[in-house]
Amino acid sequence: MEKTKKLFSANIREISLVIVIILISAFVQVRSGGGFLTGENITDMLLETSVLAITAVGMMMVILTGGIDLSIGAVMALGAMAGTTVLKNSVLSENPVSNIWIVLIAVGVGLICGLINGLLISKLKILPIIATLGMMNIYRGITYLIANGSWVKQAEMGPKFLSLATGKTLGIYNLLLIAIIVYLVAFFFSEYTKTGRKIYAVGNSEESARVSGIKTDRIITLAYVILGGIAGLGGILYVCKYGVAQGETGTGYEMNVIAACVLGGVSISGGKGKVAGVLLGAILLGMLNNAMPLIQVSSFWQEAIRGGIILVSIVINALIARNVEKKDLRRRSI
Amino acid sequence: MSEYVLELKNITKIFPGVKALDDVHFSLKKGEIHALMGENGAGKSTFIKVITGVHIPDEGEIILRGEKVVFKDPRDAQQKSIAAIYQHGTLYQHLTVTENIFIGHEKLTTFKTLDWTKMHKEAKELLRGLGSDIDPKATMGNLTVAEQQVVEIAKAISTNADIIIMDEPTAALSKRECEELYTITQRLRDEGRSIIFISHRFEDMYRLATRVTVFRDSKYIGTWGVNDLTNDQLISKMVGREIKDIYPKQEVKQGAEILRVDGLSKTGYYKDVSFTLHKGEILAVTGLVGAGRSEVFQGVMGIEKPDSGQVFLEGKKLDIKNVQDAMNAGIGYLPEDRQRQGLILDWGLGYNVTLSTLEKYTKATIIDKRAERVSAKDLLEEVKTKALSVYDKASSLSGGNQQKVIVAKVLNSDLRVVILDEPTKGVDVGAKAQIYEIMSGLAAKGYGVIMISSEMPEVLGMADTILVMKEGRVSKIFNDCKNVTQEQILEAAMNI
Repeated sequence: MEKTKKLFSANIREISLVIVIILISAFVQVRSGGGFLTGENITDMLLETSVLAITAVGMMMVILTGGIDLSIGAVMALGAMAGTTVLKNSVLSENPVSNIWIVLIAVGVGLICGLINGLLISKLKILPIIATLGMMNIYRGITYLIANGSWVKQAEMGPKFLSLATGKTLGIYNLLLIAIIVYLVAFFFSEYTKTGRKIYAVGNSEESARVSGIKTDRIITLAYVILGGIAGLGGILYVCKYGVAQGETGTGYEMNVIAACVLGGVSISGGKGKVAGVLLGAILLGMLNNAMPLIQVSSFWQEAIRGGIILVSIVINALIARNVEKKDLRRRSI
Repeated sequence: MSEYVLELKNITKIFPGVKALDDVHFSLKKGEIHALMGENGAGKSTFIKVITGVHIPDEGEIILRGEKVVFKDPRDAQQKSIAAIYQHGTLYQHLTVTENIFIGHEKLTTFKTLDWTKMHKEAKELLRGLGSDIDPKATMGNLTVAEQQVVEIAKAISTNADIIIMDEPTAALSKRECEELYTITQRLRDEGRSIIFISHRFEDMYRLATRVTVFRDSKYIGTWGVNDLTNDQLISKMVGREIKDIYPKQEVKQGAEILRVDGLSKTGYYKDVSFTLHKGEILAVTGLVGAGRSEVFQGVMGIEKPDSGQVFLEGKKLDIKNVQDAMNAGIGYLPEDRQRQGLILDWGLGYNVTLSTLEKYTKATIIDKRAERVSAKDLLEEVKTKALSVYDKASSLSGGNQQKVIVAKVLNSDLRVVILDEPTKGVDVGAKAQIYEIMSGLAAKGYGVIMISSEMPEVLGMADTILVMKEGRVSKIFNDCKNVTQEQILEAAMNI
């Protein structure tokens, strides 16, 4: 009994998110006359959410250190543009570059972008929001330069590459499979590795972490590098899924990613947040995007409603968490 | 009307768990400079905060110009002509001199806009009145500490303050700058203002004050004419307590040299610090607040790197770039600020204890959480943190238990030298004794122990060697501590 109680209070944020998701599902299911919770629609929804979920888990690492990365949308575009440009130039040749290399190019570009962000923040001590705002524009600019005013269209990508997103392995959509792998690795990394633990420590108290012998600069840089790599991966999957890479790819995407983290209970001041929470946050956002057209919410209203729901669930989440914490304190004093 | 402009009677101020002021008295005449003296933590700062309305006393009364008053807040005290000048200025470094002087009581034109012409002119006059030619349009941050103090004084006068409190104003000044401050202070007195002058320097007191009041351990000890007391008498009034026998110091035969620090310097903090530590030795480092004690050892640990100087461990020169290097070499550090530098307050004790030594529980990049938990439990038991679970949040502990958790964490590394920075500050008596026991146990096991401390009794009770610092330099090293007195240490720590 005591143990279940503890488990409950330790995971209160995740549990309350699950409840919100169930409530909204039930509501939409009824309103849409049963069109929401069908196998086909759920698969559709998960596929649509995969890229957001993948990138959000990278953003979580950065926010855990107490930072933020506004350049993620631009890094996604740059990575994707670099990868698909190579692809476009080779797809009609005798030996087209294989998918794995395209993905590696995108990830590699992302890692370099992340490293630049990380060094600016940890070594030059530039505030994360400012450093990544500046780099966002630079990365976007480079993307335009590479694109040189044109798009990489579906036909130029070739069916082999497009199957990366739409194809299946062992009966599961590749996109989903990649998301699942990313989440398993992220969970393991954050819960069971030294580096993961150190990221939480730095976010909670950089000073204590430093005096405890943690190289805080290195940990902070690493978080941005991880996010950069994940953004590159997310970017290439994004253009693969939608079949087009352009200069504007992923513009404003950083806000969705940050929203998913915050919804998932990641504290913007750093040090708090769980992989499971971020996954639920991303699913909730994806669900809203899918559900609103289904129950014929006017597209003019969709944005505002989404914002409202985000706010309400964050407030409810915070209230519940505060209440539980207070009860914990009271128990201690007795 | 009485002869005093300000009188405080039976003032008591209680903070949770501590009596910061215990039945304290003070009186100030018109046109008097009154020195207030006492050791670190004697209650001087709290006392000033009572006079300036920052703290409201729990008991006692304040009589200002013959009338009983209660200050509601600092602004209230300011309006009643009381101003304080602090050692570390409260000025805005990015604003100009004029802006700083008139902040809060700006001069306005008839159109209710700021009247800069008038303010600059008045600022200039105020400063000239103090014998200074500082440009009112200069940016505060570009002035020297002494000049900033003059601006603080000008600000105080501009609010028509006639009771001025100066908190260690000479601490950061050169000899010549001190002379200028003396002149200004005397001028203020001659104009009929009353001044409370707090300082650790005896010279300040002799040059300026007519009377001196001594506080010790939050209590009022007495008030005397400056010329009615000798130096020695005054020091014994300030120290004056018995050393109780709570120090479980074991006789340990000292071994070979383990740590040697040679000529460690950091501009603006400490200069040319050298000393040697042996196996089994407890070295106490003491001195007044701001003497640079913690800074030296944060330098040794690579937290704030020194500009020059060398550190040797067992004769081998160390190149310490960060804390991890120091810990790998075998030097551990317990910070003074436990909450900010020692603990992750939001974490359970288990995670806190293992934070510096995660590699011990890691196999093939995986943390073995079970082994970690078991080990954490053992470590916590070793330092006698009773009835605590590894899941209890660090923020929920008392100061003493928090300290013990940090001890457990630091000792989990493979160390040869342990540096403890104010290990018993904010710790209750029971836990204090346990921490002393742990320290003396470490020395017995052959560790080199360094204890930075402001508390005389524990310095005398625990140390084999006492190093006294003054203004960033080593003032004196007492190798044979058997016959050292508190008076001798205080003398080495202060400017007499």
